[in-house]
Amino acid sequence: MSLLEVENLRVTFPTRHGPSEVVRGVSFTLGRERLGIVGESGSGKSQTGRALLGLTPPPGKATADRLSFDGSDLRGLSAREWRSLRGQRMSMVMQDPKFSLNPVMPVGKQLMEALRTHGTPRAQAKRASLDMLEAVQIRDPERVFRAYPHELSGGMGQRAMIAMMLVSEPDLLIADEPTSALDVTIQIEVLRILDRLVTDRGMGLIFISHDLRLVSSFCDRVLVMYAGRVVEELRASELHAAQHPYTRGLLNCLPQIDGDRRPLPTLDRDAAWAE
Amino acid sequence: MTTRTNRGRRGALWIRKAASVTGTVAVTFLGLLIVTFLIGRVVPVDPVLSVVGDRATQAQYDAAYRALGLDKPLVEQFWIWLLKVFQGDFGNSFLTTRPIAVDIARVFPATLELATVSIVIGTVIGIPMGVWAAVNQGRWIDHVVRVVGLIGYSAPVFWLGLMGLLLLYFKLDLVSGPGRVDITYEYDFTPKTGLFLIDTAMQGAWGAFGNVVSHIILPASLLGYLSLAYISRMTRSFMLNELSQEYITTARVKGVPEWRIIWVQAMRNAAVPLVTVIALSYANLLEGSVLTETVFAWPGLGLYLTNSLQNADMNAVLGGTLVIGAIFVGLNMVSDLLYTLLDARTRKR
Amino acid sequence: MTTREWLLSDNPVSRRQARLGQSYRTWLDFRRNGLAMFGLAIVLVLVLVAIFAPWLAPHDPLIGDLRTTRLLPPLSEGHLLGTDDQGRDILSRLIWGSRITLAVVALVVVIATPVGLLVGTTAGYFGGWVDTVLMRFTDVVLAFPKLILALAFVAALGPGIENAIIAISITAWPPYARLARAETLTIRNSDFIAATKLQGARPARIIWKHVVPLCMSSVIIRVTLDMAGIILTAAGLGFLGLGAQPPQPEWGAMIAGGRNFLVDQWWVATMPGLAIFIVSLGFNLLGDGLRDVLDPRRRT
Repeated sequence: MSLLEVENLRVTFPTRHGPSEVVRGVSFTLGRERLGIVGESGSGKSQTGRALLGLTPPPGKATADRLSFDGSDLRGLSAREWRSLRGQRMSMVMQDPKFSLNPVMPVGKQLMEALRTHGTPRAQAKRASLDMLEAVQIRDPERVFRAYPHELSGGMGQRAMIAMMLVSEPDLLIADEPTSALDVTIQIEVLRILDRLVTDRGMGLIFISHDLRLVSSFCDRVLVMYAGRVVEELRASELHAAQHPYTRGLLNCLPQIDGDRRPLPTLDRDAAWAE
Repeated sequence: MTTRTNRGRRGALWIRKAASVTGTVAVTFLGLLIVTFLIGRVVPVDPVLSVVGDRATQAQYDAAYRALGLDKPLVEQFWIWLLKVFQGDFGNSFLTTRPIAVDIARVFPATLELATVSIVIGTVIGIPMGVWAAVNQGRWIDHVVRVVGLIGYSAPVFWLGLMGLLLLYFKLDLVSGPGRVDITYEYDFTPKTGLFLIDTAMQGAWGAFGNVVSHIILPASLLGYLSLAYISRMTRSFMLNELSQEYITTARVKGVPEWRIIWVQAMRNAAVPLVTVIALSYANLLEGSVLTETVFAWPGLGLYLTNSLQNADMNAVLGGTLVIGAIFVGLNMVSDLLYTLLDARTRKR
Repeated sequence: MTTREWLLSDNPVSRRQARLGQSYRTWLDFRRNGLAMFGLAIVLVLVLVAIFAPWLAPHDPLIGDLRTTRLLPPLSEGHLLGTDDQGRDILSRLIWGSRITLAVVALVVVIATPVGLLVGTTAGYFGGWVDTVLMRFTDVVLAFPKLILALAFVAALGPGIENAIIAISITAWPPYARLARAETLTIRNSDFIAATKLQGARPARIIWKHVVPLCMSSVIIRVTLDMAGIILTAAGLGFLGLGAQPPQPEWGAMIAGGRNFLVDQWWVATMPGLAIFIVSLGFNLLGDGLRDVLDPRRRT
């Protein structure tokens, strides 16, 4: 049985000119595998991720024909039921640790909060947090545990964030552009840590990014989103066989080591793809 | 980057900030003194006449004129006055014939007590109101809080005081009337600190304590309402700002309950600017106290100032203005420094 | 094409059309805010009452009949809001008093706004020591509690409505100076100012012709928000006997006059207070609505 089943997911926001649909009928299933979602900014990929966690920001609304997680229906869950799922069974790593960590709370406290919220005793939570910091390859976990977010570098902060999201050992992790705010050299390192933890613990991962190559090298399957729709779904290994002109356009825009690429290709957009 | 060097940098920054704030405050104080001095110079009241009386001879008048130092150049007069002020000598009050510093020290605790109780009321009610409005942004609760605040901004405090007295004291007899304590209780305790709530409680004079409470509750509630209007509005806007931050989403992802997200995660961040707001409201209460004390015959700095004004007791007016101005500037400085000290984010650079 | 369509056009053909269209859209936004419209209505009524006071007031505001109409309660024959201890009709005094209130607000605005603009734009435009000196001075005035400073000034100048207006103006300008300085700093280095400089325009002309107009809108919002505060300060001074002198029907002084009859003739002090409250609530609602509509951060 698959971990997550999504059918016809729609997210709408009311605006002055009537409701605006930012996710328009997305469907997919996810097992204990790594699924990439690729698209430009505004393609609805982030809102898809948030809707799966029941975190569509008000006044937005998310609806779906089917939305089941590990066999149970997520639609119409109460706030309390959502809370017991979030953090414990599914969690999310966000883009920039500068904003996604609370600036006035020590990192350790924020880590422990993930466990304490779901009833782990204090001493046990602290031990688990320190272990987790070590697992994301932080050399001096005690120091990072006491530090405030602004005292950490970007890469360090994002590792702490990953530790915070994995410390409760969830079944599903959504990573929303987890390395976009980091230096290129650190990106690979952080990705490797994420990859290893996800594989070792056998979680499902949804990796959201605008970077097609990164996603294809890191995931098993890729969904390509455009204007709130999935325009193509394919195995990462079969990327070169992509059919949809948008995916082909994205692939074309990637720089290649060999061969002259002049004139530089541009991405054509066809209004029909959005229909 | 290690924590230790960060701590060192933080200390240095704190000292630098303190130095710059102190510099600003010193200049502001000097300006305060100059303005006060100049106001004292342009008064149409002849200070010599108020000393010697209007039946003095020309010789007596001239002697007094020189004794007051009025024949010296303005800058020198200012310098002499400045030296005196720094020694706490504001001259004598024509009205009470006592040194102004003594008068002010005597009346100040009354104002301090009133303002403190008011700010406690304003904060304890204002912050939850603001949070409540922010959490329910755009809904009717938000509008109610907004209107309650605007009413606080719009009503003249002296009129509210009169209406309160009329209704709650004269008609319903729920609270005590003007003054700090009824004469029957006045000898049940000795005013050591001058803060009657503390004096009565420490000396176990509970009957007097109750009476003091029934006196202070109305003026303090009214002043508290004024600061509540400001505090709740600022709380709302700070909370709205915090609740839209990404770390709030992180907390929700962790499954943290909503009350904890609001009161722990967001509040810790909003608390930093709120401290500034509360310090400023506290300073503003001094201003509000001038009119409130007049209405409630509250024997504090405000009443002293208005009494002196109405009797053209210029030394007293200037002394009172200077003291209130100094407290105002001081509170501004404290809030500025607290902000630097409390906010982890301002230590970043 | 209707006027409305012309105003809401997405492709304005002239600068005037674009500007009018923008104003019209702001008005449409503003109109949806019920509380702000209520505030606007109050302010409009105040202005109308002040203009037509001689025709609206049923009685003489200054002279009453001490024998027959002293301290009559509200809803008495011919005296809707009752009379005061001098036998004067309270409604008539309130109607005439609206002129004083409006005059105080108008004069303070007319005095304080140019001073603030001048100080702020000069400081911002020249920078350097001019900026330091002017802004330090502004900070010093700002450091005083407003009412206390006004009290001290009135004490020095002598009580009276003119001196009250001067005193309030002296305390009112610093925020405008700060605002104008901040706005000036953002446009000081822009290209069009540099171009004007190259054409040989003198600083005074640049400030007056180019800087001041750009600072105007934000200063106007701030002034509107301050109007209620001006009314309350003026009433406070009147209440303390330092503002308008008797027998002038100034609302704050009327409350002070009614204090002695508070228990048995409550209306004498209550009615003018209500008038102050309603009017300053009106200005506050209006200012609040304006800020919501014009504050760029809240636009979407």
